[in-house]
Amino acid sequence: MYSKGLAPLAAATAVTITTAFALVFFYAPNDADQGFIQKIFYVHVPMAIVALCGFVAGGVFAIKHLRSGDSSWDMRSYVAIHLSVILGVGVLATGAIWAKASWGHWWVWDEPVLVSFLVVFLLYCVYYPLRFSIEDPGRQARYSSVFAIAAGAFVPLNFTAVRMAESFTHPRVLSQTGGDLPGDMRLTFLVSLLGMALLFVTLWKLELTAKHASMQLKKLRNRARVAA
Amino acid sequence: MPALPLDEAGKYVAGAYVVFVALILVYVAIIGTKIARIEREISAIVAAEEDE
Repeated sequence: MYSKGLAPLAAATAVTITTAFALVFFYAPNDADQGFIQKIFYVHVPMAIVALCGFVAGGVFAIKHLRSGDSSWDMRSYVAIHLSVILGVGVLATGAIWAKASWGHWWVWDEPVLVSFLVVFLLYCVYYPLRFSIEDPGRQARYSSVFAIAAGAFVPLNFTAVRMAESFTHPRVLSQTGGDLPGDMRLTFLVSLLGMALLFVTLWKLELTAKHASMQLKKLRNRARVAA
Repeated sequence: MPALPLDEAGKYVAGAYVVFVALILVYVAIIGTKIARIEREISAIVAAEEDE
């Protein structure tokens, strides 16, 4: 069901990420201002964009679940959010590494982009205790969907608010005027973003496949028990 | 702050990429373990049915 097209997708992901890494280290020039340390952005920023899109996708799947009552949409929403939280850990870790190298501090509390991402991340950490504190599967799926929709709507609002806020310290990779990246850096960034998006979809499908197989197994076990 | 020299910046860049790769590897390993457990349980059910 979910494993359809997983093998070619995984192959495309591997090729794109390998290409992205090759472009990062052998094609894209060092940044004139930040030097070699700017290479972190090719993994940090795509990971952040994909994680935020994953949170929004979780909200969209949750809407589909509430509209249709089909629990498979809840599963899609849960896995999208779960993966985005994992990528969120990566975003915070790589961001802290960059901040230490560039600013001399692992974390800066007066930087709106950092703090707003942490707020979003912590918000989604609440999703787990909420979801798993409810035993009834139907109620669990409904409550989780409501949370996913509310939090999913908060993500773009939060992003826009931070974007509108004046900040001169956090570097902008993309802007409304086309960004400040020269062509070779832009190409590298876009390939990295594509690789990260493909990785997200591949892992999403992989986890859905595992979860679906696990549920099927549970049904099979119950049937075997009844037959015995 | 001025750009860090390559030898100093290199360890930070390597650290960031290692974090990314490690995160993905750990995730895939966990999912792989789950799939292996499901496969074992299916084999056990099939074996039990064949015994009957």
